[in-house]
Amino acid sequence: MTVNMTKGQAISLQKSDGGTLTAVRMGLGWQAAPRRGLFGSRTREIDLDASAVLFADKQPVDVVFFRHLVSDDGSVKHTGDNLVGGAGSGGDDEAILVDLQRVPVHIDQIVFTVNSFTGQTFQEVRHAFCRIVDETNGQELARYTLDGGGQYTAQIMAKVHRAGSGWQMTALGNPANGRTFQDLMPSILPHL
Amino acid sequence: MTAELVRGQNHTLPQTRLEIRVSAGSPVVAGATLGDENGTVRGVEWIAHPGAHRLPGLEVSRQAAAGHRLAVDLEALPDEVHRVTVLLALPTGVGGPTRFGATAAPFVAVTGLDGTEIATFTLTGLDAESAVSALELYRRQGAWKVRAVGQGYAAGLAEMLADQGLAGAAELAASIQEAVARSLARSVAPPPPRTPEGDRVRHASGPSDPHPETAPQPQPTAHPPTVHQPTAPQSATHPPTAPQPQVPAHPSAVPQPAAPAHPPTGTGPGTPTAPAAPTAGGPINYAHPRRQHAAPPPPPPAAPPAEPGQAPQPVAGDATGWSMDERLYNQIWGMFEDLARAAAAYRSAVDFAESRMGQELDRSLSDPRNRIGGTGDRAREEARAKRDELIARAREVLDRDLAQLAAEAAVVEPALPAAYAGWDNPVWHAHRIPMELPMALRIGDLHLPERTDLRIPLLVRLPLERGIWVDSGRTASEAAAHMDTDRLRRLAMETAVLHAARLLAVYPPGEFSVHVIDPAGSAAGSLAPLVDAGVLAGPPAAGPGGVASVLAHLTRRVDLVQMAVRAGAADALPPDLDTGEQLLVVNDFPHGFDDRAVTQLRYLADEGPSVGVHLLMVADREDASAYGPVLDPLWRSLLRITPVADNHLADPWVGHAWTYEPPATPPGSRVLEQVLAAVTAARRAAGH
Repeated sequence: MTVNMTKGQAISLQKSDGGTLTAVRMGLGWQAAPRRGLFGSRTREIDLDASAVLFADKQPVDVVFFRHLVSDDGSVKHTGDNLVGGAGSGGDDEAILVDLQRVPVHIDQIVFTVNSFTGQTFQEVRHAFCRIVDETNGQELARYTLDGGGQYTAQIMAKVHRAGSGWQMTALGNPANGRTFQDLMPSILPHL
Repeated sequence: MTAELVRGQNHTLPQTRLEIRVSAGSPVVAGATLGDENGTVRGVEWIAHPGAHRLPGLEVSRQAAAGHRLAVDLEALPDEVHRVTVLLALPTGVGGPTRFGATAAPFVAVTGLDGTEIATFTLTGLDAESAVSALELYRRQGAWKVRAVGQGYAAGLAEMLADQGLAGAAELAASIQEAVARSLARSVAPPPPRTPEGDRVRHASGPSDPHPETAPQPQPTAHPPTVHQPTAPQSATHPPTAPQPQVPAHPSAVPQPAAPAHPPTGTGPGTPTAPAAPTAGGPINYAHPRRQHAAPPPPPPAAPPAEPGQAPQPVAGDATGWSMDERLYNQIWGMFEDLARAAAAYRSAVDFAESRMGQELDRSLSDPRNRIGGTGDRAREEARAKRDELIARAREVLDRDLAQLAAEAAVVEPALPAAYAGWDNPVWHAHRIPMELPMALRIGDLHLPERTDLRIPLLVRLPLERGIWVDSGRTASEAAAHMDTDRLRRLAMETAVLHAARLLAVYPPGEFSVHVIDPAGSAAGSLAPLVDAGVLAGPPAAGPGGVASVLAHLTRRVDLVQMAVRAGAADALPPDLDTGEQLLVVNDFPHGFDDRAVTQLRYLADEGPSVGVHLLMVADREDASAYGPVLDPLWRSLLRITPVADNHLADPWVGHAWTYEPPATPPGSRVLEQVLAAVTAARRAAGH
């Protein structure tokens, strides 16, 4: 069952049968800008980027984004940059896979962010969403709709953090502005 | 389930957003034409080509490349379009091959956006054609299908476009070729389509990126030997606002982490069955001419399902690949990466624990309340305990990973074929000279200080892509510094002989010759096994005369083969020319070398690998210091290894310094002599 999450809501990342999750995927999708008929090459493409920042005790240790697709320890993988978006029909255009079992012991939080690299605000982007999926069975755990958002170009989506022996996810949904995750660092820190 | 199409066969497409991947032996131009319900191309605006690379629903790349990814959104095409023809053409006027017969058979795959192959097609049997319609996507009763076409045109692009009913085909073809030539002139030579990662991480390299802007060079170059991230293509449109995340400076990188070019051009299904002349340009086709690979390979051994809560039992060959060789190769690269990443996780946790303790100690020292009484001591005690606890947990995870990898290594090592096996593996005692070249050769072992007995075979692809330099310098490594010069040089030459013997033993008889330059005759002892077995092309060349004659011989060969390749006339080679691969072992460089010989050697290092002439240098860089920086490019172009264990190689993912251990025969073993005798016997049996 999919949870449509609201800001600040926390869910425990557990399978429906109560077992703990071992792998999750953060998927991001949006609709590509409509093609211009004549001079189609000048379509103003929308490029959203998903990033994940790995924190140990509030210090960033590693980051996974379009220029560094796999964290050094191999636990977090980005499936590759999508520069234009998709059909807007709910499929993931970018995805970040997290193998929770292999996350190094000192990493206690992973923050997911979305940036508009080409500068459009979320008001202009259609059918944008972000979701968390149980990678082992493809079941959607939580979904988050981005469009209809305001005049901002980035969002700090969610964080996955250690809770006891398992992991918990908190929806953050905080608007911010920036081109890449680096611009967002000051806005991320208060959420740790 | 991938459909492997043969010419004329069609297949229903399950989705409308697709990627068409093309890989070819040399750079090709990729384009597409749109046709209406009668198959007519209504005008130039219905053609996507490098000069007009984007149409609604369709994008091709703007330049010629050996690998292409065309993005197709069939739903976005105009309604009148009923057919999309994907075409390939060789660029003209840029010095490459002029006919598809001179390159490896192009391979096209229709994939989903996540990279899963829907249908593939190898365009075999092309000869004088320089343009070809590869695939057709067409509407049939509201659904889209793909058909393998493979129709070639000897008169090139113009003929092909004219065949599709386009007026002004010749002018358009000329303008396309001109656009390609312009873009080739300002781009670096496209690297071979090769991904530096094993199949385990293939999905990490952005298969869902449908943007063809990145298509011409979908993989990072395999050279130079500095930092190469096995990450995805970096988008040309992203300005470098974000610096590379902390990648440590590499001492030098493990040079050829080349996983098999995917899709395989040489061993895959539908490999061209016509034996390509070995020098006909492009990569040499080592596929056995009469052996069919069309049958799907037997399923790889899969690890049996794990007991709940326990790691699965490792199995040798538990990776993807068309043959056991390829699976083991991919498995070894997968183990290499997993070990690198497991160690990275551990080291990062330890660093963090140490730095956190440092901060906590500083804080406790600067707090005036802690100066008296036991509070300060307690705080320090706690900080240390926290560090120890975290490191212990990290170590526990590392030990779990290491144990799993060690168990995997324990089943993989005994299963390795001779080319991947160490000299101590019994497989060498029963070794028979193969009829087909293996994928790769083991040139040593790698390990990390976290667990020195967990050895990863260091495999290099065959045919060699770079020369090898066995560094006999005493400054080469710590272990070397404790050795006297003579002993080190002898050891270096013995290592080189072992490498040469391995190469001889894994090449089919008569396809590999070894030449030796030993100007002062100082390596006679080390070379004895090769000389005694009679496997060398001639006696080791001594003195300046010998050096000059061997170099002249090999230079002539490189020159002739290059000319023949450029002209596309492999038959014109003189009959006395040995077209097999050549290895030149050079001892004592630059002793006995004059300026002319040094120039020739550099020529061989630069031009040789592409036409099958390889260098194996045994040298101390100090000896050649008189040449100054002139020789730096030569040293850089070679893969540097050492005759003693040394931690100078870096992995391509994280950049750890790995300890390289050269191959060695077990003490007292006669395996080297046995193997060389088998080489001689196989040559005799084959009539060489």
